Amino acid sequence: MKIVVAMRQIADLVEELEVDASGADIDREFVKFVSNEWDEAALEEALCLKEAHGGEVVVVGVDDVDFDQTLFGALAKGADRAVKLSCGFEGWMPTAVRAEILARWLKDEAFDLVLTGVQAADDLDGQLAGVLGARLGLPHAAVVVGLEPDGEGFKVTQELGGGVTLTSHATGPLVLGIQAARQAPRYVPISRIRQAMSAGGIEEVEVEAPPARAPRVTRLFAPEAKGRAEMLGDKPSEVAARILELIRAKGVGVS
Amino acid sequence: MAENDVVVIAERVVGGHPDVTFELLGKAKEIASALGGEVHCLVVGDSEGHECLGASDHLHLVEGEHLWPYNPHAWESAVSALLSELKPRLVLASTGTVGIDLCGALAAQSGAMLASYVVDLSLEGSSLVAVAQLYGGKLMAECDLGEGPAFVTAIPGSFAGLAARVDGVADPIAHGHEGAEVRMRHVALTEPEKTGVDITSEEVLVSVGRGIGGQSNIELAQELAEVLGAGLSASRPVIDQGWLPKAHQVGKSGKKVKPKVYLALGISGAPEHLEGMRQAELIIACNTDATAPIFEVAHYGTTADLFDLVPEILDLIGG
Ligand SMILES: Cc1cc2nc3c(=O)[nH]c(=O)nc-3n(C[C@H](O)[C@H](O)[C@H](O)COP(=O)(O)OP(=O)(O)OC[C@H]3O[C@@H](n4cnc5c(N)ncnc54)[C@H](O)[C@@H]3O)c2cc1C
Ligand SMILES: Nc1ncnc2c1ncn2[C@@H]1O[C@H](COP(=O)(O)O)[C@@H](O)[C@H]1O
Repeated sequence: MKIVVAMRQIADLVEELEVDASGADIDREFVKFVSNEWDEAALEEALCLKEAHGGEVVVVGVDDVDFDQTLFGALAKGADRAVKLSCGFEGWMPTAVRAEILARWLKDEAFDLVLTGVQAADDLDGQLAGVLGARLGLPHAAVVVGLEPDGEGFKVTQELGGGVTLTSHATGPLVLGIQAARQAPRYVPISRIRQAMSAGGIEEVEVEAPPARAPRVTRLFAPEAKGRAEMLGDKPSEVAARILELIRAKGVGVS
Repeated sequence: MAENDVVVIAERVVGGHPDVTFELLGKAKEIASALGGEVHCLVVGDSEGHECLGASDHLHLVEGEHLWPYNPHAWESAVSALLSELKPRLVLASTGTVGIDLCGALAAQSGAMLASYVVDLSLEGSSLVAVAQLYGGKLMAECDLGEGPAFVTAIPGSFAGLAARVDGVADPIAHGHEGAEVRMRHVALTEPEKTGVDITSEEVLVSVGRGIGGQSNIELAQELAEVLGAGLSASRPVIDQGWLPKAHQVGKSGKKVKPKVYLALGISGAPEHLEGMRQAELIIACNTDATAPIFEVAHYGTTADLFDLVPEILDLIGG
């Protein structure tokens, strides 16, 4: 079984995000980029499948700020190959462009599964699995929380909202957007990542960024402070007292 | 003229039609009338309960063996076939599983524009303009979808003011679907297990997010919940990390809660979380990041560290 995991970088949402001078993108100079957490779930699921059923895990993505770190992390965790598609693209990359780059690279790879995160937080023009699935002409599914090889294909479980899950059987190859792996993404000690780095092993492929139809962002802005919270300050003892007052005023819980 | 028509994909997969479908129908009517077009609603699979979709001008019932229960590959094939007949200007769905499954693929196949996470949509001149919520709700993107065909997936609750539940539709149009090319088959549909925990019945919820940092800190939140006579709930990452069982999850893929008090500790307020708790009567949020979107829906907020705040509350009650 050959599993390709499509991964990418995304602005770290824990940081404050600033809008750049164009007014239509985040200021990429100062933002910290991290591995998309759902792609990490996709990688985890791929590694678990490989451990249970054998096979090969290939991690691939379009080069972006600090993407090597994600690739070395994946190698340290047990991926067999790590591929970086470099095209010199800067700024916000539409999903349509990313899908096209990946599709062109994938046409020379025989694979059973392409796994990717269910979403990335800047997927303005759609989530990758569906766009890539359509581009490759393959069945696909999103919000996947369960995956098992079964006979000629795979059993795929999706969440439909409100705790309802749906299991389907699909014959491969498939493209799946992973919401959660069967276990939380494994931890890999920094020493193992360093080992992976000194071993090298990232395959770099030069590609072209094709044009694609995507919405044109005209303005990026912080939500208008419509119903913004009244701030209680940040002195814990005072805030604690205010919170208790507020709760008591609702006539519930603690008396 | 078909090229001015708006299509709503009804995303009913279990039970009745979800609220979001009526919100989409309301928005569809608004946009269609601005365009001078009509509203079509697509019901795929089981057509039971379609009478409430009367806000549409045309109701299409697509039936076929593979289409019920929900089957992503079969639905894509059926909806794709119908859209190539209808050739609408705009297709509306939600950011739920069905919308995510279908819209990226259908837009890519037809070369149409797509905007997701949309919270506002209007026609400006002859262009569709959408406002999408990006970066977990931290930023909004206004974007131009141009004059051609477009797909929009909207965050549930965004068009709630326009929700159009209207009974009775004249002459639904039936369509068949062969499904010879469908490469997915149904195995099972599972409803959530009824465990002892029911966070939807609590008057007060202490809710923890990734900011709680680890399994060992859950105890602290549990202790707070106990002294407050509250239930303990959580955001998705806390569940996915295995720190609390699934029954405690609030949000899109968890439970919708409406307690009198919702105390959010270390929760950023991503749209999928807000979908499950924004109806709470009183929302108090503790988050060290002053720009966290949770403060957009919270009534009161603090940027204190939860590990400083919670012990203070415990002290005050204890002493
Ligand atoms: C299809 C789909 C369905 C989803 N369904 C759900 C769902 O049902 N429920 C859900 O919750 N999510 C859901 N999500 C995930 C959602 O997008 C977010 O990833 C998630 O809600 C984030 O959880 P969080 O706020 O706990 O974590 P984060 O976004 O990581 O936020 C943690 C916050 O804690 C703060 N913090 C850190 N340390 C402290 C401290 N010591 N004191 C105070 N604050 C601190 C940080 O500033 C940060 O804002 C879904 C996603 C998808 C794609
Ligand atoms: N009966 C339904 N059919 C299809 N989608 C649904 C249904 N109920 C809820 N949803 C979707 O699932 C998400 C979670 O809803 P809920 O089940 O109310 O928690 C919502 O965003 C809806 O889009």
